[in-house]
Amino acid sequence: MRIIRTCRELGIETVLAASQADLDSVPARLADRTVCIGPARPAESYLKVEAVVHAARATHSDAIHPGYGFLSERAALARLCESCALVFIGPTAAQIEAVGDKLRAREEAEAAQVPVVPGCAVTLVDDALTAARAIGVPLLVKAVGGGGGRGMKRVDTLAQLPAALELAAAEAGAAFGDARVYLERYVASGRHIEVQVLGDGAGRVIHLGERDCSTQRRYQKLVEETPAPGLSQRMRAALHAAAVRFAQRLSYRGAGTVEFLVDKERDSFYFLEMNARIQVEHPVTEAVTGVDLIAEQIAIASGAGLRLAQSDIRITGCAVECRINAEDPANDFRPSPGQVVAVTWPVQEGIRVDTHIAAGSRIPPYYDSLMAKIIAHAPDRDRAVASLREALAATRLTGVHSNLAFQQRVLAAPEFQAGGFDTGFVARLLEQPL
Amino acid sequence: MTLTAADVAEIMRLVEQSGFDELNLEIDGTKISLRRGAPTGATGAAGPAPSPAPLAASSAAVASATAPAAQVVADPTAVDIPSPLLGTFYRSPKPGAPPFVQVGSQVEADTIIGIIEVMKLMNTVRAGVRGTVAEFLAADSALVEYGEVLMRVRKPG
Repeated sequence: MRIIRTCRELGIETVLAASQADLDSVPARLADRTVCIGPARPAESYLKVEAVVHAARATHSDAIHPGYGFLSERAALARLCESCALVFIGPTAAQIEAVGDKLRAREEAEAAQVPVVPGCAVTLVDDALTAARAIGVPLLVKAVGGGGGRGMKRVDTLAQLPAALELAAAEAGAAFGDARVYLERYVASGRHIEVQVLGDGAGRVIHLGERDCSTQRRYQKLVEETPAPGLSQRMRAALHAAAVRFAQRLSYRGAGTVEFLVDKERDSFYFLEMNARIQVEHPVTEAVTGVDLIAEQIAIASGAGLRLAQSDIRITGCAVECRINAEDPANDFRPSPGQVVAVTWPVQEGIRVDTHIAAGSRIPPYYDSLMAKIIAHAPDRDRAVASLREALAATRLTGVHSNLAFQQRVLAAPEFQAGGFDTGFVARLLEQPL
Repeated sequence: MTLTAADVAEIMRLVEQSGFDELNLEIDGTKISLRRGAPTGATGAAGPAPSPAPLAASSAAVASATAPAAQVVADPTAVDIPSPLLGTFYRSPKPGAPPFVQVGSQVEADTIIGIIEVMKLMNTVRAGVRGTVAEFLAADSALVEYGEVLMRVRKPG
């Protein structure tokens, strides 16, 4: 939807590659053409690089925009596009690989003088135990091919380490096709703060501010906001500079996000990973900067370079986004596929709703449960949060379970209202009685 | 864009329901001429049945720039054979060779009816049912989508 919308504004024709389950969706109706690339199961449709590229060529498309799911960070798609002169709206295949391998990304960060969480690669259990003593417990065993909060195991005592390594490696092999793992210090009180960057692929990189995504449940983001509240100017500037330095060293092309963990106790920050794609929460950055990030991605991909200079980027006010998912908070947030019977999205000054869901929309069981993003933009944080709460209160959705009521609880929580909390916030909230 | 047989059927339906008597359409090398009333043998095209005859009872040949690609015959006893893949459909084992099957061919479940090419990888497509080919809809060298009806087969008995 988001990409189709900007393309329509720019007068660019769109062809949507959809699975059979999505042929009746709102984006399918809005695209100039929809092509069915396979059945509902992602492995047979959305993850088939050859089918996607074949569809693009057969419809005489000039470029492919991979969005932010499925193939968006698969070097194979970027590479196949490169080999048949199709523009891939994103970074180069080499850049996707450089940051997709989490160990390699850490090396790139260190080379760019960006601090990383104390940690190291491990191959043998004995080496791991030695490394773990140096890092200290608690620590995390992470999958090299993972990311996005997946493939992590927490270890609280050294005795737990060998078993955790074995389990993590087995799971990583199955989930990511790469059984390699590495260790990282577990930061007890950390804030997830990420920086949006745009690069021209020739060494120029600008940043568009940071986003605070500390409202997470099991490493899945729920609420995101910009600017990050309660950050010192020094810290904010250091994060921006580190992100730009990291991306610049790679001559990064397109839109990307550098994620950091800000250690509240030590007042320091560490590089976590880089996402070589546009992200779900990009609207909050668009709200405060007035920049259409999809349009900038397309401009960079079409060879126009970076149209914006750092001095063009100005942050106005505060923006907060809520993700509305088809899930059942009463049942451990289990996904709730089905059919939306009726839906009313808020229509309000300063509120933006990004959604593909309307009355009658089917939510297939095969894909992500995200239904909508509701974004509030206001002159300051208090007013943005109040505006968002009003918008959620005006939202009605029937037919499937949603986290709407839970999000209202999140925004009403005193810890949220105060701002500047760490990633343990939602877990603490869930422990409180209703 | 390439017009499929379904597109043509839809165009015919729209014209028939409209107040127009004649439509001449050219898209990407495909020409269609539709004229209300008795067909006059215009090159490679036929008009809809004179109204008020229902469209289902008429038959029309679809012309394309290359070769007749589809026979649109409504037959409620025929089963749809959907495409198992998205790709480029080839009716013959190689260019210039006769097609694997055509209308009237007898097929078994494992009879090859075409090839679908996906990024240079060739995939054989089999009939999947036993019977007689009643209609062949997939055009040679055209993009077929997953689930698109390739042909219809009249089952025996």
